[in-house]
This record gives sequence, structure tokens and C-alpha cells, in this order.
Amino acid sequence: MSAKLVVGLDGEPSGGRALAYAQRMAKLIGTCEIVVVFVVEWSPYSFQTAEENAERHKRREAEISIAMERVVDPALAELKEAGLSAKGVVRHGDVAETINRVSIEENADQIIVARSSEGGFVKRMFGSSTGSLVMSASVPVTVVG
Amino acid sequence: MTTFKKLAAAAPLAMMPMAARAQEGGLDAAIADAFATYTGPFVGFVFAPIPGTAFPWIVLWLVVAATVFTIIFGFVQFRFFGHAISLVKGDYSDPNDAGEVSHFQALATALSGTVGLGNIAGVAVAVGIGGPGATFWMILAGLLGMASKFTECTLGVKFRNEYPDGSVSGGPMYYISKGFAEKGLPGGKILAVLFAIFCICGSLGGGNMFQANQAHAAISGITGDYPGWITGVIFAGIVFAVIVGGLKSIASVTEKVVPFMGVMYVAAAAIVLIVNYDMIGWAFGQIFTGAFTGLGVAGGLAGALIQGFKRAAFSNEAGVGSAAIAHSAVKTNEPITEGFVSLLEPLIDTVVICTMTALVIIVSGQLLIDDATGLYQVTDGAIATVGGVSGVGLTSAAFATGISWFPYVLTIAVILFAFSTMISWSYYGLKAWTYLFGESAASELTFKVIFCIFVVIGAAASLGPVIDFSDAAIFAMAVVNILALYFLISFVKDELGSYSERLRNGTIKKFH
Repeated sequence: MSAKLVVGLDGEPSGGRALAYAQRMAKLIGTCEIVVVFVVEWSPYSFQTAEENAERHKRREAEISIAMERVVDPALAELKEAGLSAKGVVRHGDVAETINRVSIEENADQIIVARSSEGGFVKRMFGSSTGSLVMSASVPVTVVG
Repeated sequence: MTTFKKLAAAAPLAMMPMAARAQEGGLDAAIADAFATYTGPFVGFVFAPIPGTAFPWIVLWLVVAATVFTIIFGFVQFRFFGHAISLVKGDYSDPNDAGEVSHFQALATALSGTVGLGNIAGVAVAVGIGGPGATFWMILAGLLGMASKFTECTLGVKFRNEYPDGSVSGGPMYYISKGFAEKGLPGGKILAVLFAIFCICGSLGGGNMFQANQAHAAISGITGDYPGWITGVIFAGIVFAVIVGGLKSIASVTEKVVPFMGVMYVAAAAIVLIVNYDMIGWAFGQIFTGAFTGLGVAGGLAGALIQGFKRAAFSNEAGVGSAAIAHSAVKTNEPITEGFVSLLEPLIDTVVICTMTALVIIVSGQLLIDDATGLYQVTDGAIATVGGVSGVGLTSAAFATGISWFPYVLTIAVILFAFSTMISWSYYGLKAWTYLFGESAASELTFKVIFCIFVVIGAAASLGPVIDFSDAAIFAMAVVNILALYFLISFVKDELGSYSERLRNGTIKKFH
């Protein structure tokens, strides 16, 4: 039976540490698939102009392809080079909620994320995405320092 | 010579008579004069009374339509009210569509185009001329208008154009031409073009000049009187920077601030009402009595009714067709869901916010009552007010009786509301313009420049002619739109039947 690891990336160097840890784990496990997830922060309750709305679909497609190109594809290339089976997903939404949803959909055994890159005031006010993922995840979460 | 170049060459010529007269009575007076002369016949036609009565036919046109839609769709605004809330909350939104325009966003965008001066200045005009009774008719018009909005927004999504690059264009122009063609009816294209022409006028009138005019009134109320064209030029500059210069940051900041201003406005109204809690019962009494007797106000019952319906329609734009343009961008496979969501718009705009404004004005005691008769004192067809203020000035004075510093906040709110409404309407006008002249960059720029010129005219002209033209242009849109809606009603009826059935048998599921 193969294991499945979901790795959350945020396009920051810390994401690279999460990916490296996932590679190490995957090699230890043996038969393992890695799902790389990048979440474009998005709220359905934000306010936009009529023009932004009309262009929204186009922008969403553009955001997905940029994230794929800059974050997910390089990660997948790295994993494949290491001989691991991997696939990538880009989604819009709340980071913690979305990573958790993907892990449920994929029937993952574990989520691996890096320590939050947010800091200071924002983190104190609203908490970090990593923090809320740990609090709400349906599968075990490993937070890489 | 391109259209734009022709226009640029013609503009100085058109301005010449104004400039000549400006020598005598100031630029503002010249602009106001010229404006009233040119728009008079159009305004006269739209507000012509039904022969033998004082009742404008256009008001009846709107009310009858809203009533017909309410009955035909079986009081959809009440039956599907709860479902509309669920849709806005995202209960039925597919998580895989995250990142697309949500029901909430489409509603919020449409609301930021409608909630604005109509709720602040328009209500003051209604109550100032029609008396407190106008509020009753305004609420009724708001409740009935929910069905009109439902009808047009469902069609807006159903017949929108989705382009290969993923962008969308929707609105009455599209549902009229495509809907008529699908039904094999003649004249769709002509009606669509006519609608687009009126929509351009509406965007320059109610969506632009009225806003600029009242923004100037609000600013000069604080700073003291100064020429309106100065405000106009500054506003036009900012609008130009956003719609031509692509300074999207200003627009998106406004879009984010406006909802908070809206909430703050309602909260301030609630405070004034709480302070005057002992008068709320009396105010409602005035609203109900005034609705049927007129309380001595000019025009009596009919005056209250006409003002109430007129200002409600101007404020919530139900039946006008503008909202159908804004709502069309939503991501949904079920056009009717956006219809349900849109019916919340007149409720929030008219039934809640307009009523709050009206109550504040009534309890504030700004409307002068003759002690001897107990009726309102009427001068020049309007109720006399403390200090002789009207429009946004009346609302401001009314709020000041409860919260002395609120006029300053109100001024900021008015400017922001005016600005966000202008940005919204510049988009509606642009969509109508590109429907007529194509989506080329030159054609878009032409409209945007015209739009900015009208900001200056609106700020400089006096309230009377501006408000008349604004109303007339917006109601002219409703003439064409509602006529078309009658022919397209079966599309909405089919959608409603099919959706209700699927909702009942569980085919349509909640995701959350």
C-alpha cells in the first residue's frame, strides 16, 4: 500500500524546507506519492469593482498558470528528478481550509508545511495559516521549522 | 477622422455659448442654463402625466411591472428570501469554483453602484417634497421592486456573452437582442440599441452628474460656497486617473471603504433614532397617515406616492436594467441563482437604508410644521425646512441634531459614495457604449473622456435640472428594459420552475 503526502508551498524559501523534508520522508516510506499544493489566498467575501468582476475568470486562470510555472512546476521537477512520484495542485481560497480539503480529497496520510512566514502584527491579530491548519486539519500535520 | 478626433474638435464649439454667457453670470450659471435648455424636452416627455391626472405615466409603468413580476413569480421575493441568503453565504457554491466571482461579490459590487446618494440625498428630496408619507410608498416600491430585479438579473446571467479569454459582458443589451432572437420576435436589436443609448444617458446623468452635483453640495456645505466647476475638475481628474489612467488602486480602495461607510451610515442613523426613540412611533404615524392623506403636502396622496416611487426607483434601480450588467459577472451554472441574490438589493438599499434616512429626517424636526394646523408648511412646492436646506443638506442637518459632528463624516461618505457610484456607472455606460460602437481602445477612450467632461458639468449645474435629467435618463432605460422583460418573462418562468423542482427533489445540493 502506498502512502500519500500533501506538501503545502507558499512560494517562500521556507516552502523549500517543507519540500526537502517531504522528499526525505517519501524515501524512508518507499512507495509514496507527493501532492504539492499552492493556495492563492482568496475570499469570496471581498469587494471588487464591476470591471474586476468581469475580468475575474481571466485573472484566475492567469494566477493559476503563474503559480504553476513559478512554484509548483519547479517543485515537481525536483521531486521527479529525485525519482519520486508527484503531482501538483493550485487552488484559490483560505490557505488552511484549502490544504485540508485537498488532503481529504486525496486521501492523504500526512500534511507537511513549513513554519509560517507571516510575522509581527498580522500574525498576532489573525494568527497564521500554519497555526490554523494545525488546529483544523483532518490528517496529521508536520510543521517544518 | 475617427469618432474621437471628431468629438475632440467639436467639444470647444459646443462649449462656446456657455463660455460667452459665463462672462455675465459666472460659468456655473451658464452651464446650468445651457443644460436645462437642452434636456428640457426629454425630461418633459419622460415625466409627462397620464392625461387628465397629475400622475407621471413612467411611475405607473414601473409599479405595474413590479406588481406583475411579483404576481407571475408567486411572490418570489418572499418565498426565496431565505434561499437568497444561503446563496450569498456560499452554501451552494462549488469549492472548485473558488477564485471566481462569488454571489456575495456580485451583490456587493451591484450594491456599491446603487447604495449612495439616492439613499442620502434622494430620500431627502422625496420626504422634502412628498412628505413623510413618501416613505411608505418608497418601502412598498422597494418590496415590489425586488421582483423586477430578480427578473432582469436572471436574464442578465442567462444571456451574457462569455468571450474566449474568459471575460464576460452582460446586461439588457444582450438579453434583449439574444432573447428576442431566440423567441423569434422582431425588434430585439432596435430595443437593445435604444436601451444602450438610454444607458449611456443614465450613466452620464444619475450615475455621474447627480453624483458630482451632490458631492459638490456636500463639500461646499462644510467649506462655504465656491464655484462647482472646481469640484468638478478635481473629481473629473480622479475619475480620469482611474478609468483612463488605469489607477485601479483608487477604485479598489473605494470599493473596500464604501461598504464600511454604508454600515457606519446605518449605525449613525440607528444612534439618532435611539436618541429620539420617543419619536419613532410618531414618525411611523406620520409615514402611514401621510401615505394616504399627504398631511397637507403639495400634491397630497398622489404627491407622496409619486415622490416615494420615483426616489425608490432612482435609488434601487429595479427595472432599470443597470444591475443586470453588474450581476452578470457571477460564476454560476444556474442563472436564476443570481436572480435570487439580486432581489436582496432593493431590500438592503430601499427598505433598510432609505427608510433609516427618512426616519432620521422625520424625527429630527427639520421639516417645519405649522403649529396652528399641525400640517407641514409648504413653500414653493416643498416642505419648508430649518435653514431652507434640501437634498443632501437636509439629511446632513437631520443627522446633526443627533450627532453634531456627523455632517463631516457624511461629507466623506457622500464623496466616497458618489465616487464609487461614478466608477460603477462608468462601467455600465461603457458596456452600453461598446455594445453600440465596438470594443476598440479608441471607442472606449471616447466614452471615458465624455464621462469625465460630464463630471464637471454635473458639479457646476444647479440641482433642479440635474436631478430632472438624471431621473429622466434612468427612467428611459426602464421604459425599454421593462418592455423587453414582458416579452422575455417565459425564460425566467421556465428557469424558476425547473430550479424549484430540482431544489425540492434534492438534485441541487448544498456544498457547505
